[in-house]
Amino acid sequence: MKLTLKIWRQKNPKAKGNFETYKMDDVSPKMAFLEMLDSLNKKLVEEDKDPVAFDHDCREGICGSCGMYINGHPHGPVPAITTCHLSMRYFKEGDTIWVEPWRAKPFPVIKDLIVDRNAFDKIQIAGGFISINAGAAPEANSILVQKNKSDDAFDAAICIACGACVAACKNASAMLFVSAKISQFALLPQGRVEAVDRARAMVEKMDEVGFGNCSNTGACEAECPKEIKLVNIARLFREYYKAY
Amino acid sequence: MNKVLFSSITKKLVMALAGLFLLTFLPVHLIINLMLLKSEPEPFNKAAHFMATFPLIKIMEVVLISAILIHISWGLLLQIQNWLARPIGYVSANKSETSFFSRFMIWTGATVLIFLVLHFFNFFFIKLGFVPGNPEDFYSAAHYLFKIPAYNYIYLTCFTLLGFHLYHAFYSAFQTLGLNHRIWSPIVKVIALIYAVLLPAGFAFISVSLWLLR
Repeated sequence: MKLTLKIWRQKNPKAKGNFETYKMDDVSPKMAFLEMLDSLNKKLVEEDKDPVAFDHDCREGICGSCGMYINGHPHGPVPAITTCHLSMRYFKEGDTIWVEPWRAKPFPVIKDLIVDRNAFDKIQIAGGFISINAGAAPEANSILVQKNKSDDAFDAAICIACGACVAACKNASAMLFVSAKISQFALLPQGRVEAVDRARAMVEKMDEVGFGNCSNTGACEAECPKEIKLVNIARLFREYYKAY
Repeated sequence: MNKVLFSSITKKLVMALAGLFLLTFLPVHLIINLMLLKSEPEPFNKAAHFMATFPLIKIMEVVLISAILIHISWGLLLQIQNWLARPIGYVSANKSETSFFSRFMIWTGATVLIFLVLHFFNFFFIKLGFVPGNPEDFYSAAHYLFKIPAYNYIYLTCFTLLGFHLYHAFYSAFQTLGLNHRIWSPIVKVIALIYAVLLPAGFAFISVSLWLLR
């Protein structure tokens, strides 16, 4: 496949940055998107040019590193997958692909397509944990949990904190992320103990680091690679109201 | 305390509560406006007089104006924060699947605000004595305005956009209150659609009737 790539290049956080055009002549439809970028980088290195910097780690859709905004979609045009799972067979011969970093004030660009997602860590550190020493996993029947609640908690817990929700939201709101991190605990008895402090601290931190406000457009839900649902945001609101 | 009062979630809650109150006012306004369709002015003018003088309604009027002001100012504050949260935008247009009307709330809201200013000059400010006119005969004033084609164009455009605003506002307010339910939320969305279509259609019907049929 022949493709044209328009990739955001930015030397460092303070540099202005611009789009560079790269012509790719030998892209296999069997390649993963990141492999395609690898082959571009190989070419750039051989030409003694600076390779495109992009985040990646597990390449199996669970680490949440490989966030990039591809043709108007976080993680590309295919729903419910991360960029590393995006196959080149979803693109057509002659396509032009625009690749941009996540855009949000709390996610400043470090280099090219890599953004600093420390803001998420700050929110997690504020309250996204259980502070008691829980020890080993308890015997299954000692704390009874309703099946539907444990399922919902699990569905929230699979959030990989990739930041696609923020990237997709027209307001750069992080409410889907925060709601998932709150919900995974709020639905379980072990998490209820610190529910009040958690809701207060995480929302306060979310506001402090400068994310926008939710206007219920549903872009986050549509683009989340782990299909975290908007119902979690309603739960976040309830948890916050209950905390005061 | 300020962090709580002005947290993103509290601001949204205040917006939603003020908005929900405004949602309850519009049908009352529509019912009174329907009296404009009668050929004699008394019923409408009597209703307008009652709304202007009855003490309980006077109190509600203060609440109503406060709700409008709060809804506008909090909406603006939230929007400015949202714009600031993404100082550098994307080059490729966002193609995420979203509710169409949700994307333009600030603009549909701004259009409604422009109409509200016009509306206040035509009626409310006359009642308050800020603008010359006869506060005892809004029936004739309304009939006069609805005979002007330009006024009707503005009116119909604003009410169409109000419908767009109301549809997203109605079901979003429930989400903000923390009410999102597998069974009930889709029903709320249907009610929102019915409300957002019927209410502006009611106002538009009055406008078109007085403009073209009389």
